[in-house]
Amino acid sequence: MSTLSIQAVGRTFAGVRGGAPTLALQPTTLNVADNDFITVLGPSGCGKSTLLRIVAGLDEPTAGQVLLDDQPIAGPGADRGMVFQSYTLFPWLTVRENICFGLREKGMAAAEQAEIAARFIAEVGLSGFEAHYPKQLSGGMQQRVALARALANDPKILLLDEPFGALDNQTRALMQELLLSIWELHRKTVLFVTHDIDEAIFMANRCVVFSARPGRIKNELAIDLPYPRHYTVKTTARFSELKAVVTEDIRAETLRTVEMEK
Amino acid sequence: MKPLRDVSPGRRSGLGILFFVLFFGVWAFATLGGYVPKTFLADPITMVRSGWTLLAEQGFAKDIGFTIWRVIGGFVAATVIAVPLGVAMGAYKPIEAFFEPFVSFARYLPASAFIPLLILWAGIGEAQKLALIFIGSFFQLVLMIAVQVGATRRDLVEAAYTLGANDWGIVKRVLIPYAAPQIAETLRLVLGWAWTYVIVAELIGASNGIGHMITDSQALLATDQIIFGIITIGVIGLISDVAFKRVNRKLFGWASL
Repeated sequence: MSTLSIQAVGRTFAGVRGGAPTLALQPTTLNVADNDFITVLGPSGCGKSTLLRIVAGLDEPTAGQVLLDDQPIAGPGADRGMVFQSYTLFPWLTVRENICFGLREKGMAAAEQAEIAARFIAEVGLSGFEAHYPKQLSGGMQQRVALARALANDPKILLLDEPFGALDNQTRALMQELLLSIWELHRKTVLFVTHDIDEAIFMANRCVVFSARPGRIKNELAIDLPYPRHYTVKTTARFSELKAVVTEDIRAETLRTVEMEK
Repeated sequence: MKPLRDVSPGRRSGLGILFFVLFFGVWAFATLGGYVPKTFLADPITMVRSGWTLLAEQGFAKDIGFTIWRVIGGFVAATVIAVPLGVAMGAYKPIEAFFEPFVSFARYLPASAFIPLLILWAGIGEAQKLALIFIGSFFQLVLMIAVQVGATRRDLVEAAYTLGANDWGIVKRVLIPYAAPQIAETLRLVLGWAWTYVIVAELIGASNGIGHMITDSQALLATDQIIFGIITIGVIGLISDVAFKRVNRKLFGWASL
């Protein structure tokens, strides 16, 4: 199947108005195996989103390269689906038309598009909302459509950039369960960026902890909780152990971030 | 009254109509009461009566037709070129860099100052009038459309790229639909300006049209006819504006959700 290989990828942003250039991401190497659900956890501004955008092809690395199935990535493409933190549904398209956007771009027949859209609408629990416009949906529903839109394209890998960051806690927990159940069903390779520790442990089989800016991988944990996971896993002893480890890591990095900003 | 508090639809229209009533009331009081001499300002009743005479006996409907045709002709010509150019400028920065400075400069050239030149170039026929409306609307349209297309939300563009859209797909399926409602609003706005240009064009060197009727009436001191002409323009402008708004709302219902 498909493997993603991030090889010594670094990113330096040019200085603004002759200022010193900013190193956002130190050369980072990460190999993502097929069916991996990797969460990338780190304090804000650590470069984790930059890494994800580089994998998506929306940003270019200043060092290293990203290989997907041994092919270097050059620009964005349909083989890497992405869900953003901001609501990026096209406001002029209905739920169904949004989900069909990528399929139409591929030139798929309308009947086939409709069939795929119906399947993913049902999977994210939005049957009956096909003809609604994004503005008529709540934030959680919009992100579910965005997820369905990315999945409908059948990408090799799914990139999620804090997709539930703007949602309230309860909705976010339900979205995590939904995403997890979809992942258990399709076994897509997932790279999920977040700053929420519970979220990072609950869904991942591997959790990558980033250091403060300039980001680098500080720690990598195998999350050995068995799948399928039920939300009650969050109250188990093993979950608490893992959370304690990650919390320590993140806390140290967050303190460093705060130090730097002084 | 509280700031920004909405009024009910009924009250809103009631208040709007009330101003018209007051306006005509003051006008009628000043003229019919004999406070303003007839030579300066005709009273509303004379105005309506001479308006009827204009329409029924002097073929004013034909003048109205000519004026409408000039506005629409000049405006459509400007739109047909300005929309694609504006979209291209908004989407592609080198194209914008090439045209933008000149268009920004041309926008400030007063369209009415071109009339002598246009008469020299195109005579006093239809071409001169259409050209004036074209000059008056084209540069404004191009600039505003370029800005609107260029202001497309970047995250939507990125989302489309990750869904496999190519560069042309981004223009066709993201930039244009995103900016379409604002472009339609711009067209509505600039059409309103085109109405002021057409009258200016008809004041000089025209043998028909609402503007021509107004200049003729000036020579006759027929303030009643002048006012009727002005009100006619206002009413037609209002009708086209409402129609434009309706069409926009129907075409781009999603934008007002």
